[in-house]
Formats: sequence, structure tokens, C-alpha cells
Amino acid sequence: MASPLLEIRGISKSFGAVRVLDNVNFRVNAGEVTALIGDNGAGKSTLVKSIAGIHAVDSGSFHFDGQAVDIKGPRSAAALGIEVVYQDLALCENLDVVQNMYLGRELLAAGLLDKSTMEARARATLARLGVRTVKSVRQLVSSLSGGQRQTVAIARAVLWESRVVILDEPTAALGVAQTAQVLEVVRRLAAEGLGVVLISHNMNDVLAVSDRVSVMYLGRIAADLKVTADTSRETLVELITSGESAGYQADDPNRSERWPNNERNLSG
Amino acid sequence: MNEISADESGATDVATDFALDSQTRSLGQVFSDGIANIRGGELGLLPALLAIAVLVALFGWANPSTFLSVLNLSNLVEQASAIIVIAMAVSFTLLVGEIDLAAGFTAGVAAAVLATRLVAGWGLVTAVLLATLVALALGLFTGYMVAKVGIPSFVVTLANFLIFQGILLLFVKDGGTVRIENDLVKGMVGDSLPVGLSWVLALFGVALYAFFTVRRQRAAHGAIPLSLVALRITAVAGVAVVGTVLFNRNRALPKAEIEIRGMPVVIPLVLLIVFILTFVLDNTRWGRHLYAVGGNPEAARRAGINVAGIKLAAFTVCGLLAGIGGAFLASNVNSVSATTGGSQTLLLAVGAAVIGGTSLFGGKGRMINGLVGGLVLALIPNGLPLVGKRILPLFGTEIDFSSSGVKFIAFGSALMLAASVDALSRKTS
Repeated sequence: MASPLLEIRGISKSFGAVRVLDNVNFRVNAGEVTALIGDNGAGKSTLVKSIAGIHAVDSGSFHFDGQAVDIKGPRSAAALGIEVVYQDLALCENLDVVQNMYLGRELLAAGLLDKSTMEARARATLARLGVRTVKSVRQLVSSLSGGQRQTVAIARAVLWESRVVILDEPTAALGVAQTAQVLEVVRRLAAEGLGVVLISHNMNDVLAVSDRVSVMYLGRIAADLKVTADTSRETLVELITSGESAGYQADDPNRSERWPNNERNLSG
Repeated sequence: MNEISADESGATDVATDFALDSQTRSLGQVFSDGIANIRGGELGLLPALLAIAVLVALFGWANPSTFLSVLNLSNLVEQASAIIVIAMAVSFTLLVGEIDLAAGFTAGVAAAVLATRLVAGWGLVTAVLLATLVALALGLFTGYMVAKVGIPSFVVTLANFLIFQGILLLFVKDGGTVRIENDLVKGMVGDSLPVGLSWVLALFGVALYAFFTVRRQRAAHGAIPLSLVALRITAVAGVAVVGTVLFNRNRALPKAEIEIRGMPVVIPLVLLIVFILTFVLDNTRWGRHLYAVGGNPEAARRAGINVAGIKLAAFTVCGLLAGIGGAFLASNVNSVSATTGGSQTLLLAVGAAVIGGTSLFGGKGRMINGLVGGLVLALIPNGLPLVGKRILPLFGTEIDFSSSGVKFIAFGSALMLAASVDALSRKTS
């Protein structure tokens, strides 16, 4: 396989005496959905914030496209093409879909807002993602459902030639139909060749859309596996709750020096 | 492997998904959308227009010959002009979710600077320049205290209310009045344009409105039906033509020796300010960011918008516009005193913006709201004295509608009512 789009080697991070990330290895492949799961406090959010440049790490390295990179802050993460869609979306309800998608990065023509170009591109991006339920891109966000808001937030993230999109619990507050809609958008992102990271507590969603799963347990990566037809919900739950599972054999990931070693195919 | 796979054939059917964007809508559909918006709490200008209709009917019924005269109409727009301009000033702070309680006295200080410099023999240009700079500086100071120091705008501007009033008192001395002798400043509110120029400006205004309405229709690709555009332009043209015809007739009282003809100067002046500000809000990045900061500051911050900078700019523009409003205030009475911009000025300005549909909660509002709301509030002191003393049928007591008591109650109630509509419409949406 080609080198991963984003690869994180051995990063550690402490808040005071608490070691939140302990020698974490994580990778995101282009065209794949990588699920990042783990119990509350396992370190998922800290890992994401480190990738997004919000937290500086104590040790370890980032590699993007095979090149060692330095993520100094949110701006350098964004410059690499890493976008995070946080759980609270951060949309302006008083603005419409186009205005939200281009917020802070509005296109100008002769110094004035280029409304028609922004509208056409916003519509094209939503169409590319297979968003079917937004009747008009000129609708105010306050009139959209939770699922529609989620897709707008995701579309905003991919509008900018992003390469890696990290989705923080995109389906947490959604009903069945809306969840299916958002998961379809997630699949499409991967089909477009982006590296997608899906953080979720819902094992059904994870199994439905992910190509690979990384499980965090107490600040470590407890397991890193490919999703196959045999991957069971129970295995994932055990990995989340105890950091190990009879259905998953791997070296202690803390002892493995090179992370690909702790990848095991469950069916194999 | 995946239950949900990327549907490759999706590209063709998604083209039809944004149904409302591609489809040409009829007048009826736009109308029913409007009703749906109103049900959803987006009342816009509706309450203000209703209030104008009710007040005009009420005062017109109470005293048709005086209230419904063209002379009174020109008085009304002249009385409304300063409220409207200061309402637009305050609107900039309301848009970003803040408030400026001292905008009235910013207007007063700017007016005092202008008046005292003219008395001191300065030229008009330099006096206006200094007054403008002072107004800008006051706004910048307020913005700095709110956005950079981080004091709630309510407290900053409450303190400024006293500070600016103190500055005004120092300028005009206790109980003093500074007269304005400059003809241009005096004529801003009160003079009328020549008959010919009234027509030229009226037609130019209609042409400008038509140009921008058609441009917006083109950009919207059928979402705005042509019939609606035609309707709007016809309505605006109708108001402009009828207004110009009425204003161009002599409206002086029968016994008066001098004729009064032509459109009041304040009408094109105020409309020009409304037009410029609306254009900036709708078409610049800065305008867009004002709405974003007012709608969701956290979202704006994450989108890379400098929230403090936007707020600082909003207060600075508020100061500048309030200063311009001060010139209108001074011109209306041809003098500046310790009460210029005081008493109810600020309440009326905030009231005008809110009655017109600008939200006190930030992120929602347009300049036209201040204009229509300002007319509503100008109608109250204009019409109430014409009602005079009436005996209330139910209680049998006599009430003097020309008294300040009734006027204050009416002002306060109007603001309270508008704020209630604003708060309740937030709950429904």
C-alpha cells in the first residue's frame, strides 16, 4: 500500500501529571474512512486537537504525504488540508447555507462579495457529496434539520481542497434517517479520495462506514484493525472497555516500535 | 464491506436536488413563502408597517385636516430624520449583539463641536471634519473598552452616557445654547429642494432602486419572479411620483406669505445614507462578518474572523453615524443645547431599530428597519397633540393626549411591544 496520507508516530502529551496520550501511533489513508473509537477520557479529543494544531504535543512526529511536517497551530493544520468538523458544528443560524460554507473565506470580485460564484460552488460541492434534502442553498441554517446542518458543516470542510477531514461524532444527535444520510456523505468523502477520520460511539455506524478502526484505551492505541464482514460489535466494545479482546490478537502496542506491527486482520 | 456505498450514478439525479434554486417561482409561491416566514417568526417590517397604518388611521380620524396635510408630512419626515440616522448607528452595535446607550450623547457632542467651531469662525469643511473625527474617536473609545478591555457594552455605554453628557455640558456651558447660523447646516433639516431638482432626484432614486432590484433578480436565477420585481419597482415609482407631486405643490398655511414647495432635503439625504450602508452590509466581507459575529461569535471566531476587530469597527461606525445624526438634531432646531441628544433620543433610536425588525439579540437587522421604525416613532409625538383632550368613553375621565405623560407612555409601550415581538419570534424559530 502507498504511504499513508497522514501518519502520526509515537506522540505523547501530558496535562500536568496526567499522561493523556501515551506513545500514540495513528494513520489515515487516502480514500478510506478510519474510525477512532474509545471511551470518554481515552484521549480521542486530545489526539484530534493535536492533529488540528490546537494542542502542542510533548513528543512524537507527524508525517503528511510521507513528509515529516510540523503542526504548529490551527493555521498550519489547515494549510496542510486538515479540517475538523466539531460536534457543535459552529454554524451561524442567522446566515444561509452558502454564507456559512464560505464564512471567513468569502470569495470577492472587485472587492465585493462574489455571491453568484460562491452559490454555484456551494451547490456543486453539496451535489458532489450527494446531499439530497437541502431544498435551497439560500435557506437559513436555522431552518435546517440536524442532519442537514451536519452535511453543511462537512461540505464547508471539504470546500477548501482539504485532504483529511476529521468528523467528531457527526451522528450523535441524529435520528435514523438523518444518520444514514450523514453516513452516506462520509462514504462519499472517502470515495472522493479524502482521508476521513470518524469519531463515534455508535458501533453500528463505525461498522457501516469504516475501512479501519483505531481503538483508544487510557491514552494508548489499544488496537488497530481492518474492518471486515467478521468484525464484531462485541470485539470493538471489549476493546473500548478493557483495551483487549479475545477476538483481537496483537502485541502490546506500547511495546511495538513500528506501528504497522500492531495491525491485525481480525478474520486472519 | 460497507452497507452504504458511494452511488456513482448519483451525479445525474443530484442536479435536481436544489429544487428551489433552479425552479422559477411564481408570485403566489413567493407570497406563501412570505406567510410561512411570518408564521416562523420572521416578521421583518410587517409590525412597523402595520403600526404606521394604525397610527395614520387613528390620527387621521382624530384630526384629518391637520394631520393628513402635506405640511404635516414634511414635518413628520424632518422630525424622524435624526431618529432614523441614530437608529442606523445603534443598529451596527445591535447587529454584533451589543448596544450603545450613549449614541444620543455622541450625537450631542458632535453637534456641539460643529456648532461651537462655526461660532468660533471656522469654515464649514474644517468644522465638519473635526466633528466627524470627534464622533469617530468616541465610537472607537467605546469599541476599545468593549472589544479589547472586555467590559459589557451595557456598562461601558452607561458610563459613556454620563461622560459624553459631561463633555456636551462643557461645550455649551450650563443652560446655554449655541445657535447655528450656517445656512447649509440650518437647511439640512427644514429646507426644500427646488421643484425641478425634486423630480430629478425622485426619478434618479427610482432608477437606482430598479437597477439594484433587477440585478438581484438576475443573480437569484428565478427565485425572485419577474412579476414581483415589476410590482416592487412600480410601487416605489408610484410612491416617488405621488410624493413628488404632493411636495411640489405649495404646502404653506393659507395665511402664510411665503410659499413652501419641493421635496424636503432630508428625504434624499437620509435615503442616501440608507442606500450606502445597506450596500456595504450586503456586499462586503466586513458586512457579512458583522452578521456572523452577532449570530454566533464562537462560529465566527473558528471561521477565522477577528471578532474583537469586528466589534471595534461596529462601535466606530456607530460613533460616526451618531455624529451625523447629531448634525440632523442640531439642524432641526438650529441650535445645540445641553439636552441635544439627551432625554428620549437614545430610547427612540433603539426603539426605531427594534420596531423596524432589528433584533436586540444580534445578527439580524437591516438599515431599512431603522427608517420604517423611525417613522413609526415620529408619528407618535406628531399625531398625539393633534388628538388633543378627549374624554375616554369607558372611564369618563378626560385625558390630554398632547401631554408629555401620554407621549412617554406611548414611546415606552412601543419599544416594549417591539422588544416582545423580537423575543417571542426567537422562541418560535
